[in-house]
Formats: sequence, C-alpha cells, structure tokens
Amino acid sequence: MNDIAVEARNAVKTFGQGDHAVRALDDVSVTIRKGEFFTLLGPSGCGKTTLLRLIAGFEMPTGGQILLDGADITDLPPNKRPVNTVFQSYALFPHLTVAENVGFGLEMLNRPKAEVRQTTERMLALVKLEALAGRKTSQLSGGQQQRVALARALAPQPKVLLLDEPLSALDLKLRKEMQTELKRLQHETGITFIFVTHDQEEALTMSDRIGVMSAGKIQQIGSPRDIYTRPVNRFVASFIGESNFLPATIVQGAARLGSGHSLAVEGLTPVDEGRKVTLAVRPEQVRLTAEDEADTIRATVRDLVYFGTDTHCHLMLSDGEEVVARLQSPASGDAGLSEGQIVGLRLAPGAVQVLGD
Amino acid sequence: MADRSFSVSRIPGFAAVAILAFVILYLPIFTLVIYAFNASKSIAVWEGFSLQWFEAAWANRQVKEATLRSLIIASSASVIATTVATMAALGTTRRAAFKGQTFVYVMINQPLMVPEIVTAVALLIFFASIKVATGYQGLGYLIAAHSAFCVPFAYLPIRARLEGMDLSLETAAADLYATPWRTFRRVTLPLLLPGIIAGAMLAFVISLDDVVITEFVKSGGQDTLPTYMLGQLRRAITPEVNAISTALLVLTVLLLSAFFLLTRKKE
Repeated sequence: MNDIAVEARNAVKTFGQGDHAVRALDDVSVTIRKGEFFTLLGPSGCGKTTLLRLIAGFEMPTGGQILLDGADITDLPPNKRPVNTVFQSYALFPHLTVAENVGFGLEMLNRPKAEVRQTTERMLALVKLEALAGRKTSQLSGGQQQRVALARALAPQPKVLLLDEPLSALDLKLRKEMQTELKRLQHETGITFIFVTHDQEEALTMSDRIGVMSAGKIQQIGSPRDIYTRPVNRFVASFIGESNFLPATIVQGAARLGSGHSLAVEGLTPVDEGRKVTLAVRPEQVRLTAEDEADTIRATVRDLVYFGTDTHCHLMLSDGEEVVARLQSPASGDAGLSEGQIVGLRLAPGAVQVLGD
Repeated sequence: MADRSFSVSRIPGFAAVAILAFVILYLPIFTLVIYAFNASKSIAVWEGFSLQWFEAAWANRQVKEATLRSLIIASSASVIATTVATMAALGTTRRAAFKGQTFVYVMINQPLMVPEIVTAVALLIFFASIKVATGYQGLGYLIAAHSAFCVPFAYLPIRARLEGMDLSLETAAADLYATPWRTFRRVTLPLLLPGIIAGAMLAFVISLDDVVITEFVKSGGQDTLPTYMLGQLRRAITPEVNAISTALLVLTVLLLSAFFLLTRKKE
C-alpha cells in the first residue's frame, strides 16, 4: 500500500445548486503510484481539471476523500498540502523577478535564506534559466515562463507535482521540446507527476499510465499501450486514436458481421452467445488484399485521402458498413488503388476488440 | 491615408468642435489664473503683473487655518475611505459571484446615487443629536462625513484593478504554502498598490473640494478652504480668491502628475 502517492476515494464534486447543479466529478476513485507519470486525459468539461483541483486543495469535494501518502488530506487548505501546481496560465507573480518567483514556496516555508538561494539556483539550472534570474517575468517568452513555472513548483520538492494543461499555450515545436523536458525533469527529480491534458498524443507519448475521463467519470485506466490496443468502450476507442466500429453478433464463439463474415475474437465466454456487440478495429490494422484471396471480406473502395505518410482508404462492405484502412504511402505516393475498385479486406484476430456498452 | 476605414476625425468640423470644447473647458480657468497675478483689486480689468494677492493670502490667518483644516480632513478622510474601500473591493471581488452582488455594489456607491444636498441635510440632523448627547464639537464630524462620501471614489479604481488581476495568482501563492495573510501581503497588496494610490488621491481631491456637505456639517469656526472662499465671495471679491484657487489648482495638478509618473514606472 505504501507505494501509493495519491488516492481519490469516491470523489464527488457538484457545482451549483438545485436544478442547475452540475456533477463535475461523479464518484471517481483512482490511485496514483509513487514516482509515476500519470495523465488525466479527456475532452474539456470531463472533470479532469476538477480532480486536479481537488488534489491541490483549491476545491473541496462534495463527497469522498483525497489521500496523500495514505493520510486523509480532504480538509487541508492548499497551503498545508505538500503538493505544487503548474498552472495553465503559469500564474507567475508579475511584481517579482524570476529568482524570487522560484524561491517563493521555500520562503513561505520559512526556510533559511541560504537554502532558498541555493535551491533557487539549482532549480534555475535544472530548467536552464540561470542567465535570467534577475529578470521580471513579463520580459520572458512563453517557453521561458513555462520553465519558471516548472522550477517554481519543483523548488519546494513537493510529493506530487500537478500540471494543468501546461503545454497548451505553446506552439507545436516548443510543445514537443517541453514534452521531452518534462520527462527528463520527472526522471531527474523522481517526483510523482499528475498531468492533465486533452491531447491524446501528448498523453500517449509521455505517460506511464493514463486515466481516460468523460462526463465526470474515469472510463479506463491503463498504460498507453493498454488504452490504445484494448479500449474498454466506444468513447475510449474513438477519443484515443481513430477506430472503425462494426456491429456484430456472437455466433459459435466468433463475431459475425452483417455481411455474413465471421471474425475470430478473444475473451468471449459462453454467456456471450447470441449477444449483439460492437467491434472496434484501428484503421492501421486493416489490410487490403486481392479480392479473390481466401478468408477476406469483399469491399468497394469509395474514397482515397492522401495524408503524406499514409493514405486513408474508405471502404464499403456489402452490408453498407464503412471501414477506413490506413495504408502506408509507398515512395511514389500512389497507393495503387482507384475509386470503385473491389478489394479483399483482412482483419488480424488480435486487432479486433469487442467493446463493452 | 491608405487606411480607408471609418475614422471620427474625418467628419467635417471635427477639429473646430474639438478646439471649441477645449476652449470652453479651459478658458475660465485660464482667466482665473491670469487675474490672480493682477496688480489691481479688479478681477476683470488687467492693470499689470503682481504677486501681491498670493502674499495677501499667505499672510491671511483665516486662509492658513482653513487650509490646514482642509488638509487634515482630506488626509484623514482619504486614509479612512481608502482602507474601507480596499476591504470592500476585496470582499466583493475576491470570492465567487454571489446573490445580490449588484445590490451590494449599489449600496457601496450610495454617495454617488443620493443627491449631496440630501446627505448634507441628513447629516446635519443626525450629527446635531449626537452633538447634544455627547457635547463633542470637534473636527470628527467633518472627517466622518468626508470619509463616508469618499468611499465610492476610492472603491471604483481599486475594484477595477482587482478585477483586472488574475485570481490564479492568489491560488498559486496558496499552492506555494503562503497563508491567507502572507498571500495578501506578498501578492495581492503589492499588485493592488497602484489602484489603492489612485483611490486615495481621488478621495483626497474630492474631500479637499467639497462644499455642500461641509457647509451643513461644520460647526462655527470650522471653515475649510472652499467654504471660506464661498464666505468671501458673499462680500467683496478680490483676486485673493483667484490666488488661493490657483494654488489649489497647482497642488492638484502636482498630485495627479506624481501619481501618473508613479504608476507608469510600475508598469
């Protein structure tokens, strides 16, 4: 149990009252391990920032508990929680210099002046801003402000660092740089990071584990690979990456499509027999073959969209269902297909996921 | 002239109207200042340059006393009003929106809504009963009255400044282990200071300038500079009044310029 950094138990948060009440968090329970890079991923309004603010202490839960290192901190004000936040807007103090911003937390903890100065210098070195220590924060670029916000939040050596969409204000190139930088900082400090984002690519590339949220609930928790390859429901399958959804019926331990083809799927039990289900298949797992090859599903090419690295081929099955195949573009850029062409379509057994409701 | 978009400055007569407006605004003040330096007793016929009216005002014991009284009242009232206004502004902006918010704003700004003469009469009657009950006759009544009507003038710039300040700064301070008091001292107050100074200066100038409420509330021998000047006008008018007005004008311009320089450096 003592490898758990943060735990939310049945956390509920409602805003407003009576008929206007909004349930931002609906009975959320999650445990975050020490030293891990945990990402809360979801569309805006899914409750991810609310959960972060409950952990920071900026909001009080309507119900449930927040635990830090096994201790109940639900009623502690933010200034008594050994947790620091990197804000989306950075929230740097405009009347203080870069160094004063970074040293603020330690100063408030009444640490000796020498320690504040040393730690500030070390933190500025960590984010490579030693040269700007005496500047006002308004004289810095967006990327530099981001680094100051990081150094300021890391300086008091919190048990957990909370990051509220910290990269959303940066342009693409800088964002990529900061993603690498954040991973490096997490490795070097060993601090538990809880990162909030709506960017699925960011979540997949940076996290040890991801909690996918929607409508105030956690939909799935798992490693990036788990979440991508074995989504539990339609929301997760469509929010992270792209998916083809196909209705099917379970017949004799296989999924039968409307077109009459049977697909081998994993993890079925006898009680599933006869159930109507939805199958999810990633576009890059759809292979095209010649139409007369054995064990393939016949499909008609409806549309071809060129994306550079790959080409999206929109196909129609005999029952009218649409499937998108993502084909790696050959050197010539021409996938060798044309609209109206009949092709064979093959789905690898491991690539087909049966979704829950 | 490449920009063909709408501009008020291209409407015919724009320059003429603008100049006329400035003349109407400043000509009377300009005339007043000129005649403060008149060598004769007239405030309408120019008879040469002289500083005699400034000397006369300076030597006038009543003017000195009234000036001192005005300054005491204005400083006390602006300090009290600014403190109250700062607390009111914090109380109305540093929290979630609440029911009856607009009503509270209106209540705080009461002196801007109620005609000054009504407040003056009300205070006259109210203070009269206190005077009878306590026997106290001092400047306290004037300071209290001025403090009260100065609150909204201090409140407006302070609230405007607070509303422009991101609440996440205080959240960040709390996140970095600052207690509510230290958050106020280290983050809110330093950032709010230009607003507080602006509020205090406005309150000071408003108090210095007040005639109506002062005239009703003051006891005998408690003339402020404006009520003294009003009293003088009932008798013979001499350029001494111009001289005093000019001095007041210079003081106000100096205060406001100092404030602008101060706040511009902050930015």
